Amino acid sequence: MVTNGGGSGDADVSRILSEIETLKVAKSDIERRISLLESQLCDTATTANIEGKSDAVSNGYCPLISAVHSNINHDLTPDSVYRYSRHLLLPSFGVQGQSNLLKSSILVVGAGGLGSPALLYLAACGVGRLGIVDHDVVELNNMHRQVVHTEAYIGQPKVKSAAATCRSYSDGIFCFVVSVLRSSDKEVFSRINSTIQIVEYQEALRTSNALEILSQYDIVVDATDNAPSRYMISDCCVVLGKPLVSGAALGLEGQLTVYNYNGGPCYRCLFPTPPPTTACQRCSDSGVLGVVPGIIGCLQALEAIKIASAVGEPLSGRMLLFDALSARIRIVKIRGRSSQCEVCGEDSAFTQQQFRNFDYEKFTRAPLSPLPLKLNLLPADSRISSKEYKEKIDNGESHVLVDVRPAHHFKIVSLPNSINVPLANLEARLPEISKALKEEEECKADNSDSGASLYVICRRGNDSQRAVQCLQKMGFNSARDIIGGLESWAHDVEPNFPTY
Amino acid sequence: MKSESRDREIEVEGCDAVLPSPFSKIRSLNMQLTLEFGGGLELLCESVKVHKVNVDTPNEAEKLTMKDLLSWVSTNLIKERPEMFMKGDSVRPGVLVLVNDCDWELSGQLDTTLEEKDVVVFISTLHGG
Ligand SMILES: [Zn+2]
Repeated sequence: MVTNGGGSGDADVSRILSEIETLKVAKSDIERRISLLESQLCDTATTANIEGKSDAVSNGYCPLISAVHSNINHDLTPDSVYRYSRHLLLPSFGVQGQSNLLKSSILVVGAGGLGSPALLYLAACGVGRLGIVDHDVVELNNMHRQVVHTEAYIGQPKVKSAAATCRSYSDGIFCFVVSVLRSSDKEVFSRINSTIQIVEYQEALRTSNALEILSQYDIVVDATDNAPSRYMISDCCVVLGKPLVSGAALGLEGQLTVYNYNGGPCYRCLFPTPPPTTACQRCSDSGVLGVVPGIIGCLQALEAIKIASAVGEPLSGRMLLFDALSARIRIVKIRGRSSQCEVCGEDSAFTQQQFRNFDYEKFTRAPLSPLPLKLNLLPADSRISSKEYKEKIDNGESHVLVDVRPAHHFKIVSLPNSINVPLANLEARLPEISKALKEEEECKADNSDSGASLYVICRRGNDSQRAVQCLQKMGFNSARDIIGGLESWAHDVEPNFPTY
Repeated sequence: MKSESRDREIEVEGCDAVLPSPFSKIRSLNMQLTLEFGGGLELLCESVKVHKVNVDTPNEAEKLTMKDLLSWVSTNLIKERPEMFMKGDSVRPGVLVLVNDCDWELSGQLDTTLEEKDVVVFISTLHGG
């Protein structure tokens, strides 16, 4: 038997790695507690200072409170009082709510359609520390809903763009606080500029970094766009004991709930088995009205603010269903925590280590960072490139081009002389294709000995392959698909051709 | 959905003498229900979200359960891709069922008993953002 000499060494390595991971999590927890205490210390020091040396806090940014004569029983700076005065005027929110908010930390995963409005409001409302996770870049065709981004950032990381906008909302917060450094019985005062802290994570959330990132925040906002991320974030929140504000939007509908809050259910309690991948539609395929995720994202900010400020009744054990077309919002009662839940249930022993090793892509049969599907169903001789197709047009080859996209896609843009037969109706509309081929052959009968060719195109080159398979089965043996569809046409042949 | 006390009343079914007399002769009840589909499930029933329907209880049965309703919906409303609605004798994973705005997990899932004018919502969970 061949033994691996490194066997026991490997075990050591994995033990050490695991210990390092555990210590890292503990470390970040301690760091979080330290920063919380530091901010408390700063705030306390400020109050002390206001009562003592009023000149230290004058900054001209807000009406100066005559500190000597004021009686302040809270830890808000004069600037915070002014900036958040409308919050403070709410009897049910007030000083305590704002003070809680300023000490809280919220992580928003995803700076897209949901994350954009959520981040804007969270940055503006005075959350102490705001984290943003996203690995993607800003694209023009997302800007109709991803309102945190500006055109200047197209092509740049969403996190960078979102953080810049959030800072522009919060940079005005010049609360000159005083840090107290005690040394040899002397109090040394020094000014620091404390703004809302925005933390950027320009990376995809994975099981390898999720524990470390999420553990540094009090509340997590799920503003992602795919099933594996939703399971992963929920599980991580359960393992770390963090409340999760979960929102989703597609087309003209939205959904919202709070998971893992105060003994309430987690995502898996509701959805123990992942849905089939065909049921997971994406905005880039199905479309989305920009304001719909906008509304859900705002509601996510609201729920996060309620939890952070300890005001009101979070949407836990209930779910909000929003239907934009019929202008209806329905709030339904959902099941509580399931004792049989594999992650948060009574008998569950789902540990941090299990979380790290869990394969969410395999579990949901979907990628964490979805890329457009690229099928390869046909042999090479049943396919041509968009450049080859262009040559055939230039050579005047007699052919018919069938566009198999849905009719509302065809209306956006199409190639000249293509006929639209959506894949869903292909079999029923074969006679139309036969007729078009016959007409083509008749008008170019003089220069062709074999019949007209049949080409099939779609948006990205997947449905066209499915259509060619179907056509060949039905006797259209010459049918071929154009590789990469209209996207490749725009990329390789006609740069000005509109893409979507 | 029935209250628990009324559910117990039903347990004596099969013993005609015990049932209130007006019901003892009725073999099949017709029930008016509102069914709603959302989160993309409406695409399986010709893009119509709200369906006001009349459903007969199965032969010899005095009540209509969610199990009965699911099979009625599959037969009468789902026009395409039935696998996107059902799996086995229940809904597929990722579909929430709400009876009068309440998760059917809380009322007994397939065994939930429906009553006249109940509103049943089938909604597919969304993942987009
Ligand atoms: Zn659970």
